Amino acid sequence: MANPTHPAEPVDGFDFYVAEDEHHEPGTMLGFWMYLMSDSLIFGILFAVYAVLGANYAAGPAPSDLFEIEKILLATAFLLLSSITYGFAVITMQEGKQKAMMLWLIVTGVFGLGFLAMEVMEFMHLAHLGAVPGVSAFLSSFWFLVGTHGLHVASGLVWLVVLLIQVQKHGLTPANKRRILCLSLFWHFLDLIWIGVFSFVYLTGVLL
Amino acid sequence: MADVTNAVAGHSAEITNQVHWFWGKLSWDIFPFYDPLILGTFIVTILLGVSVVGFVTYKRLWGYLWTEWFTSVDHKKIGIMYMILATVMLIRGFSDAILMRIHQALASAGILEFLPAYHYDQVFTAHGVIMIFFVAMPFITGFMNYIMPLQIGARDVAFPFLNNFSFWLTFSGVVLIMLSLFVGEFAATGWLAFPPLSGLEFSPGVGVDYYLWSLNIAGIGTTLSGINLIVTIVKMRAPGMTWMKMPIFTWSTLVTNVLIVASFPVLTATLALLTADRYLGTHFFTNDSGGNAMMYINLIWIWGHPEVYILILPVFGIFSEIVPTFTRKRLFGYTSMVYALCVITILSYLVWLHHFFTMGAGADVNSFFGITTMIISIPTGAKLFNWLFTMYKGRIHFELPMMWVIAFMITFTIGGMTGVLLAVPPADYVLHNSLFLVAHFHNVIIGGVIFGIFAGINYWWPKAFGFYLDTFWGKVSFYGWVGGFWVAFMPLYILGLMGVTRRLSQFEDTSYAPLFAIAAVGVFMIALGVVAFVVQIAVSIKNREALACGNDPWEGRTLEWSTTSPPPYYNFALTPRVYALDAWQHMKENGAKAPTSGFVPIHMPKPTASGLVISGFMTVMGFAMIWHIWWLAALGFVASVAWGIAHTFNYDRDYHVPVDEVTAIETGRPVAVLAE
Repeated sequence: MANPTHPAEPVDGFDFYVAEDEHHEPGTMLGFWMYLMSDSLIFGILFAVYAVLGANYAAGPAPSDLFEIEKILLATAFLLLSSITYGFAVITMQEGKQKAMMLWLIVTGVFGLGFLAMEVMEFMHLAHLGAVPGVSAFLSSFWFLVGTHGLHVASGLVWLVVLLIQVQKHGLTPANKRRILCLSLFWHFLDLIWIGVFSFVYLTGVLL
Repeated sequence: MADVTNAVAGHSAEITNQVHWFWGKLSWDIFPFYDPLILGTFIVTILLGVSVVGFVTYKRLWGYLWTEWFTSVDHKKIGIMYMILATVMLIRGFSDAILMRIHQALASAGILEFLPAYHYDQVFTAHGVIMIFFVAMPFITGFMNYIMPLQIGARDVAFPFLNNFSFWLTFSGVVLIMLSLFVGEFAATGWLAFPPLSGLEFSPGVGVDYYLWSLNIAGIGTTLSGINLIVTIVKMRAPGMTWMKMPIFTWSTLVTNVLIVASFPVLTATLALLTADRYLGTHFFTNDSGGNAMMYINLIWIWGHPEVYILILPVFGIFSEIVPTFTRKRLFGYTSMVYALCVITILSYLVWLHHFFTMGAGADVNSFFGITTMIISIPTGAKLFNWLFTMYKGRIHFELPMMWVIAFMITFTIGGMTGVLLAVPPADYVLHNSLFLVAHFHNVIIGGVIFGIFAGINYWWPKAFGFYLDTFWGKVSFYGWVGGFWVAFMPLYILGLMGVTRRLSQFEDTSYAPLFAIAAVGVFMIALGVVAFVVQIAVSIKNREALACGNDPWEGRTLEWSTTSPPPYYNFALTPRVYALDAWQHMKENGAKAPTSGFVPIHMPKPTASGLVISGFMTVMGFAMIWHIWWLAALGFVASVAWGIAHTFNYDRDYHVPVDEVTAIETGRPVAVLAE
């Protein structure tokens, strides 16, 4: 192939058409990164809203009245562990071990479910205390930030189940591998967001 | 008039109070047919709709439309569907403009106030929302979809299904906003629906809900389309097309979609928060319980200002293609054009506060945003000078696209100057929310975006259809629009300086009447331009044999002109290899021959109905949410998710076009005619 930037290229040397069908490497991973960037902007807005409204208690409860940091820490541990186990799933996938990979994915799902269950319990506890979103701007922004993350985890779990079925059906095809890597990005992304939520909402909430 | 207004307002309050478990807020009282204007529009719309459906049925075109268009993943067809959608909505949005101009002309003279205030508020809200989201956006998305893959030598976009899905999500937003005209009401809040006015307390009706669901569904489509086009440009350029050999329109598409992906999520989040305030009783933007309405205004403009550049940057790209083509010269200062685009992209995120200097952020904050705003005029000015220097000593051909460019240069520069004026905070304190502002942004949006769209349509129509657009009607449309714009909006500048605020439907003082009357004359001149545009297309289609053109009618310079006009569905039989900026010009100069043999099977995506079906379910969900029909909303949501999951079980998404078919297509029609 002629060097496209070579200025002294002889005029007749131009080969203007590609003889074989041009194959582009699939853009799925790049596209998915882009989606994650857009999603992180949504979380960015929710964090900003919490930063602005987080102290507007409107005579309602404050973080220190509500947060049970030990339980949150346990839920955090669940989610962080699920990220590690997803990492194992990807390693086994690259080794071509389908069974082991599916097992690790199931373990990941169980941890994710554990996290979600604890979050639902926390929300029920808050509702029981009367600390619902309509009470104050602080609670609105808290429920919305944590809840949006929770919804993401829930949809990640649905995706995980769908992927398990698809891998069971079609094996570790390139398309399925790509999907597993996309979900991997999504899952680690949610982990990252949660670290932000944990530090920025819960830790500062009980420490400050 | 006042009692009508009260009746309408009371009416809308009445609607909200009853929520039936099955019908939600729906009842026989929601149809606003007590208003003869709406009843008349409704009858005309129904007649038009019936005649279109009847025509399609009579001609047995449903199957053709379904297989060839609705389910198509061909970026060219999706691009054309965007353009048709935008044209239809242009007529809707323009009708609102005519209503407003007539109303203000009559009301300011004390003759008649034929629109009740509550209805007038809905009209200007709908006008703004429709013109930005469902006219300007689909037009530019249509251009980017159609032209960009051809310019980079690709066969389609990176995610063809997603592209179809994005279109139908936009369509879904259109369906909801059009429904609001006849079923219930639309928001009466202004196009950005600022709280607390748009909150439940002051807008208890369904109008704001229509606004929210329509925009959020369409906005998701825009974000997905943005991701899609970025990946297309990054991954699918023809071999040899390095970044600085990309056509300038492709560059503008790239930066525009970066802006889209980096700003539409902000809109989605902000509207979701307002939705939560209205549906879940949260306190993000309420007056009570710690809410902060000003935060909404900050957030919405963090999206809103980049949005302005999302509209104008692709149009800058269109002009940058047209000017070199019609002056037979390469673009002056290509590199500086690229840098200007990138600088505008970054700066567009640093100016949002200039939309509300009067909020009271303080002198230091206002100065910062005033200065950043003024700085944007530097790269923009560089672009204008580049176009001028391209024309300088060029062989200018005054075809229709070039005429639009000239009109743009003059009009847009004036609009830019009034913009710099508004960027000065003390001046803005005087002019804020006045008709001066209205005149300014119409000056840049009509003079920039709309003129650019017409330039682009006249320029690329022969590419898409293989025949020219009629010149006579094109000129009528041109003079109608350009002349009409000046007559309609210059009076508004003066009125703004005289202190008339925007969004007024009632007047005490009749001294403004002459200027409003002139503006009304202007809007009828623009109406001539709109009608002439439609006539131009109809006449051109009728005379397509006489107007037929070659593959490269304008002697273009970029790759889209290297294939046939119209292009085959796979765009290029063999992918072109790029050696220079203005690749097609370079190919012509070096005697490239269009290939007639040596074809290989072409890898293409298959059509799918999933995009349309999922969007259909989402439309149902949106409608049900607006009317508080919870069971139907849940059903619509579950159905759209279920269909989406089912779609992922289909692994059979592509096929190969056999060599025989490629050869038949390539040899059965005129191949690209080359210079010499």
